[in-house]
Amino acid sequence: MNLHAIRAIYLFEMARTWRTLLQSIVAPVVSTSLYFVVFGAAIGSRITQVDGVSYGTFIVPGLVMLSVLTQSITNASFGIYFPKFVGTIYEILSAPVSYFEIVIGYVGAAATKSIILGLIILATAGLFVPLHIVHPVWMMTFLVLTAVTFSLFGFIIGIWADGFERLQMIPMLVVTPLTFLGGSFYSVNMLPPTWHTISLFNPVVYLISGFRWSFYEIADVSVALSLGMTVGFLVICMVIVARIFKTGYRLKN
Amino acid sequence: MSPIISVSNLSKVYGSGFKALNNINLEIRRGEIFALLGPNGAGKTTLISIVCGIANPTHGEVAVGGHDIIKDYRAARSMIGLVPQELHTDAFETVWATVSFSRGLFGKSKNPAHIEKVLKDLSLWDKKDNKIVTLSGGMKRRVMIAKALSHEPQVLFLDEPTAGVDVELRKGMWEVVRALQASGVTIILTTHYLEEAEEMADRVGVINRGEIILVEDKATLMQKLGKKQLTLHLHDRIDTIPPALAAYNLELSGDGRAVTYDYDTKGDRTGITSLLTDLRNAGVRISDLDTEQSSLEDIFVSLVRQV
Repeated sequence: MNLHAIRAIYLFEMARTWRTLLQSIVAPVVSTSLYFVVFGAAIGSRITQVDGVSYGTFIVPGLVMLSVLTQSITNASFGIYFPKFVGTIYEILSAPVSYFEIVIGYVGAAATKSIILGLIILATAGLFVPLHIVHPVWMMTFLVLTAVTFSLFGFIIGIWADGFERLQMIPMLVVTPLTFLGGSFYSVNMLPPTWHTISLFNPVVYLISGFRWSFYEIADVSVALSLGMTVGFLVICMVIVARIFKTGYRLKN
Repeated sequence: MSPIISVSNLSKVYGSGFKALNNINLEIRRGEIFALLGPNGAGKTTLISIVCGIANPTHGEVAVGGHDIIKDYRAARSMIGLVPQELHTDAFETVWATVSFSRGLFGKSKNPAHIEKVLKDLSLWDKKDNKIVTLSGGMKRRVMIAKALSHEPQVLFLDEPTAGVDVELRKGMWEVVRALQASGVTIILTTHYLEEAEEMADRVGVINRGEIILVEDKATLMQKLGKKQLTLHLHDRIDTIPPALAAYNLELSGDGRAVTYDYDTKGDRTGITSLLTDLRNAGVRISDLDTEQSSLEDIFVSLVRQV
């Protein structure tokens, strides 16, 4: 195991995070605060409780997930796409590092960044609404699993992308809609039966449901199913990454 | 002594069907400076990319220091430093950070003293805290060399090290390369500049259309360079070379108005004086003459054309 290399890649990527602090951390915090003002305070005051929790409180886990999902994908896809774009990838490919080590470095840094961000947003939420977390350990488990899974997903997008447009396409056209329709702002049980059934095909529903359960013990689907789906998606991403490196897809030809 | 790099039956076919390398066999000797010459698109960079692990070979094998580049890639790649042709740098990193990063990436523990030495050798020490984006092209090129040397490689690949570099800097680069060779590093450089190969290399390889068409000691090649050609323009047209001059192996031009004579400037005698005497005796009158030296460039061009 080339620990020096993992460390070098990880620290290099984290250094990039600190260098772009404003855009990495401050921007998502500001936009999330706006959600709280609009949905929590303004509109939320007119909405009665959802599953016994005030609306402002109810949306906290969904908002954290929204940021963690999009930031994980953005961080990881940009992290690997940028060296491809400027050409510095030559050095990674010519170094005595295994694919596994490359992934730990890049995905680890991207996940770390979105976990930090998720926790900052959670703390910000605490300024707007009273927070209580019933299962903090499960909350962290879901947060870490989601951050790692979607960082892997972002890594795949970053390798697949051959232009900045494509880099933006998946997060904007697929992930954001799925997150909004995945119950960030509502319980899928509030939907009419047809839409409820359709929602169950949205993987993000399971992530948000499990995450919300760790806060309030309320869930749209069973916790075991949430955990199973999250781990399942993680495994799928790992298999794809392994194949990418095995074939050298978009990296070595 | 076993070669430090051995390439056997190496071929590379790109996804588009383009055959970039065709059955390459090549051995690089430990401690030498090997110049790989070839026109654009000949396969120089593809060959280097495969040895360094950036591209996958289609067929064949490569070993670096006896380590197979696929099965034993860690050992093989640890020995190699690569300076690619393009200036790929992380613009917003400092010189010190980017060079230290390279060392870590190649699995070496921190060694500020070594990084300091490398930067000083390359006259980059006073720029160590500068962001790369602020450096000139020549300095960026040296940063890339510093990155390649950060992990103390035994083999250094320099892909077109002096492309787009001014004369002054090119001379400086040559000095750096010589100092590296003196410290025991094997150097493989690709170049367009024949002058560079003449100046630097111990051996020269010529690659064209994915095939190695010549590998020779530079000294041998330089002997061929010693050949000169004398062209005698005749006053009157002749149909055949007079039999008395057969020993000179003269060649008559198509219009019968000039003959050419090959001679070796490094030989004991060039034979020019006796040729001129014999020509006069044979009644051939000369109106003008010129001489021409075949350069490495001529050899190169004729080799490339033959294929």
